[in-house]
Amino acid sequence: MNRHLLSAGDLTRADAELVLETAGEMLSLADRPIKKLPALRGRTVVNLFFEDSTRTRISFEAAAKRLSADVINFSAKGSSLSKGESLKDTSLTLEAMGADAVVVRHWASGAPHLLANAGWSRSSVVNAGDGTHEHPTQALLDAFTMWRHLGVPGSHGLDGRKVAIVGDVLHSRVARSNALLLKTLGAEVTLVGPPTLLPVGVQSWDVATSYDLDSVLPGTDVVMMLRVQQERMNASFFPTVREYSRRYGLDGRRMATLQDHAIVMHPGPMIRGMEITADVADSQRSVIVEQVTNGVAVRMAVLYLLLGGSEPALATGLTTTGLTTTGLTTTGPTGGDA
Amino acid sequence: MPAQPAPSASPGRTVMDDGDVARALTRIAHEILERNKGVDDLVLLGIPSRGVPLARRVAARVAAVEGVEVPVGSLDVTMYRDDLRMRPARTLMPTDIPHGGIDGKVVVLVDDVLFSGRTIRAALDAMSDVGRPRAVRLAVLVDRGHRELPIRADFVGKNLPTSLAETVSVRLAETDGVDEVSISGSTGGDLG
Repeated sequence: MNRHLLSAGDLTRADAELVLETAGEMLSLADRPIKKLPALRGRTVVNLFFEDSTRTRISFEAAAKRLSADVINFSAKGSSLSKGESLKDTSLTLEAMGADAVVVRHWASGAPHLLANAGWSRSSVVNAGDGTHEHPTQALLDAFTMWRHLGVPGSHGLDGRKVAIVGDVLHSRVARSNALLLKTLGAEVTLVGPPTLLPVGVQSWDVATSYDLDSVLPGTDVVMMLRVQQERMNASFFPTVREYSRRYGLDGRRMATLQDHAIVMHPGPMIRGMEITADVADSQRSVIVEQVTNGVAVRMAVLYLLLGGSEPALATGLTTTGLTTTGLTTTGPTGGDA
Repeated sequence: MPAQPAPSASPGRTVMDDGDVARALTRIAHEILERNKGVDDLVLLGIPSRGVPLARRVAARVAAVEGVEVPVGSLDVTMYRDDLRMRPARTLMPTDIPHGGIDGKVVVLVDDVLFSGRTIRAALDAMSDVGRPRAVRLAVLVDRGHRELPIRADFVGKNLPTSLAETVSVRLAETDGVDEVSISGSTGGDLG
């Protein structure tokens, strides 16, 4: 039986709602004197990070530890990976150590999929971000944050809510996973950015697109700003940072055009002054810090649902047939910066 | 997600009807007050799903007698169960600890059926992560026997001798549309 979380597109609506509901219970743990649950006692979770990360790695580590799992952190720097060891050999090593779950972040799109389906190991694979492809737990925590602010009581969906995802959509695994998951949950997604930073084939995503941020803001319930991923860019996508900021940055003036209940999100890391100004990032509307808190709860929910019982509670993985399952293919240059 | 079937025909022989359930809960409320010599430090924690409405009903009866609202909460034991690994990962139920917590309080755990005792063991573990009560008591609507652990109830609505092949079903108005305890010989949903 497959037990992986590779793509936000693999989650059915029931799955996604189960994760959000479970995350809600996990979040209440933060108010208790002992912030630990015994659900994954004796299980081993390996954080396998081929790419730098602060938030996601710490978040997964905290989530696994709060569920009493043993956590092994494994980053490319300072391990044999930097000596040229292959993904296969790394995977075989982890299998030999008895890892129950591997949380993998990789610069190559599709690496978690390979890890999960190559038959090298029996452990669950959780995609913690692969290249410019997907970042499903980020999408789940974003949806959870939106649901807590804008959700309808008694439902875990986001039906009819309008979400604008703004900026470097081309290189953003967060945007892709969010577009897939939010659609599943019933939200209407608009991708906003310069034409050069919207993916080729975005028509097949079943979302709206716009090149004009100002026209989108007044009607939206959520604005999600994305970082411009300079490290993945090997060509010029816009003339100057200043021009990008003027056209696609969220500043106080633009924020003032939002509806009263609208929230501002950012998956981090932020470049203050580029895609978002400091006054917006620190404003009342900003839920950026809350996203981090919710990230731990959502990752606890995912780990619990995948590893807590004799078999996963999510249908995900059963239908996984490859990167093309979602109808999306990675376009644009990938960051081969290893 | 808790199943909420519409009221339907009893799955077996009815052993308690709505009147029996109401009288049992009233007696339990009085016994709790008698044992505790009043409502001081009393906290009722229901075990989801059906322990929670039972705890609320007992609290309402306590309030009717003493004129004091006792704190009521719920305590989910899913992640503390000893058979967690033997079945697919289960949906979590709400844990809701009343303001004021349980430290130094007299906690009465409330559940629908006492069977193997394993749920109560899990509840005791779950509670130790929440706080340290001065005392813990157990109230159940039905005790059907067949304990697998050294656990007993302090307040029992009805002692129901059963065989292991039988199934005891508790249905409550809040979750199932009707108050009824029934017993059937068929296999099916277990309680305990």
